[in-house]
Amino acid sequence: MTLLEASGLAVRYGPGCPRCLESTGDREGTNQCPHCGSVVACADADLSVEAGEVLGVVGESGSGKSSLAELLALERDDDATTAGEVRYAGHDGNLLDVDYETRHDLRTGEIALVHQHIRDGLTLEFTGGGNVAEQLLSAGWRSYEDVRERVRELFEATEIPVARMDDPTSTYSGGMQRRVQIARALATDPDLVVLDEPTAGLDVSVQARVLDTFRRVQREAGVAAIVVSHDLSVVRLLADRTLVMRHGRVVESGLTDRVMEDPHHEYTQTLINSVI
Amino acid sequence: MTEQPAADEGAPGEGTTDGGTPTATDTADGGTPVPTASVDAALASLEDDGLRGYNYAYLDEHTKREVRRAMLKAVAIPGHQVPYASRPMPLARGWGTGGIQASLSLLGPGDTFKVIDQGADGSVNAANIRRLADNTADVTTTTDTTGADLIQSRHRIPEEVLTDDQRLVLQVPITDPLRNVDPSDAANRRRHAHANYGKMWVHLYENVVEYGEINIAARYPTMVAGRYLMDPSPIPRWDVPKLDDADHLTILAAGREARIYAVPPHTAVEPLAFTDREFTVERFPDQACHACGSTDTYLVEVSEEATDRGADAFETRYACNDTSFCEKRREHPELSKDHHLDREGVDWGPGTPDAAADDDTGSAADQGGTGQ
Repeated sequence: MTLLEASGLAVRYGPGCPRCLESTGDREGTNQCPHCGSVVACADADLSVEAGEVLGVVGESGSGKSSLAELLALERDDDATTAGEVRYAGHDGNLLDVDYETRHDLRTGEIALVHQHIRDGLTLEFTGGGNVAEQLLSAGWRSYEDVRERVRELFEATEIPVARMDDPTSTYSGGMQRRVQIARALATDPDLVVLDEPTAGLDVSVQARVLDTFRRVQREAGVAAIVVSHDLSVVRLLADRTLVMRHGRVVESGLTDRVMEDPHHEYTQTLINSVI
Repeated sequence: MTEQPAADEGAPGEGTTDGGTPTATDTADGGTPVPTASVDAALASLEDDGLRGYNYAYLDEHTKREVRRAMLKAVAIPGHQVPYASRPMPLARGWGTGGIQASLSLLGPGDTFKVIDQGADGSVNAANIRRLADNTADVTTTTDTTGADLIQSRHRIPEEVLTDDQRLVLQVPITDPLRNVDPSDAANRRRHAHANYGKMWVHLYENVVEYGEINIAARYPTMVAGRYLMDPSPIPRWDVPKLDDADHLTILAAGREARIYAVPPHTAVEPLAFTDREFTVERFPDQACHACGSTDTYLVEVSEEATDRGADAFETRYACNDTSFCEKRREHPELSKDHHLDREGVDWGPGTPDAAADDDTGSAADQGGTGQ
């Protein structure tokens, strides 16, 4: 069953002009419009996610991965001009047009985002448990014991030491903070989790544990995910299907194994050759 | 601020020293207009005419009208913070200027006015505010809660039940309960607009984690009419239930923050709490007021010299926080909090001492030490 279907997604920073689209992109070799100076962070992006499936998005820094991820996670940026259409199972109409109320409900229930920057996703002054609890409390949980129990469960599932549950998040290590974000994202059993650079800034062994944890929890809960990373190995490990982005455009997409073993696009070939 | 009008200047209206008729002693550089040779004479002349030139109830009519408009809007949207201009008052902002503006806009010559500061009528701030109203608004003042038409209060709601003839003005230092969890007013206004109070719930959750119960001493976050989260001003938790379905109108006014909000009569006021960690009030196990013997009032600890135990000895005693009711109780120990009403058994504030004791043993044992 198709969970999410998006077409024509576009995010632009700047005033925009009629020639923005034709002057940017992979063929033009830039994402900045030479006529008006606007940055076309992403354009013409089509994608779909099946229930329980993991979709990977790779590309170099500045290729528009995060803009795409935030757009799909309904994270609104007032500086950006967006376009496109997102259909989501069980919802009528374009998900990008929903009002604050619906967006809030979706974000506390069905669609979760793990931010690239810890500070965007967590309140570091709160305890780790509090950050996870916020998601539950926002969704209307009103029993302290229930919240407590669920938070403990999520800490165990994401392998965060339960003993540290009531310490301020600012005292956690980077890897723990990352896992708190994942625990928080999974708190209300969402259908879709968007992970934006889930391993950025972590050393390799911690990366492996975070990814391992997420892969296990994702399979157990059957939650669909969109994983955005500049790191091909992250996407190779997690994703069933992969999109490759460059200069704000999707240049290649397909099954992860196919993309990795038999890249068609010149850029993908370079990308894979440079890594492996 | 306008200057004090000259003693011998008869100009009506607001202080018009600058543009008005210059007096004999008015100097070109705007020096003191009080014609006197000595300080004593200056004070004497001010006592006569110091307030001449001020409008009725100190504020000009447009200001009062604006404050009233804000109050009407606040009543129409219970718990919503309504901005108003907040004029400078003859008192530092944050010392009750909002309350004074609300009171002075409501008072009329026929009204009886009571001012309480932390339960006491006699403290400096309360006495000065009362005197300002007395001087400028020509009202009768009282310390008797049941005899007052308008009560301005800081940090307490009186023990005696307020009626639908009475209005309560509470002074508010900080208007937004969410500021505890996020200092951004812009973000908090957005949260209010969408009734998005998740962050406050996290605050309560962490409170329980830390203390085993919600241990917010004052400014307890409270839902008004099921819609807006309200800071009920720094009244103790003890007083919060009195706002629920109350007969009287409560106006909460902040001078420094220039916001007015209200709890209209018979509005649902619900302190935030978990279903399994209920809202509790302060408990004073086995304590009674040392002066009147009350056990069903909000008590405060006072440290007093115990001269009978030698020099420099102190003892801690409990006393009623509401001094006016304490005085009545001293004369009539059995006086109930609803003695002045036709109805009996009015549910006002926390229950009887026995009920409180039951609650104490029950909830404290259940709630203690469950944080981990």
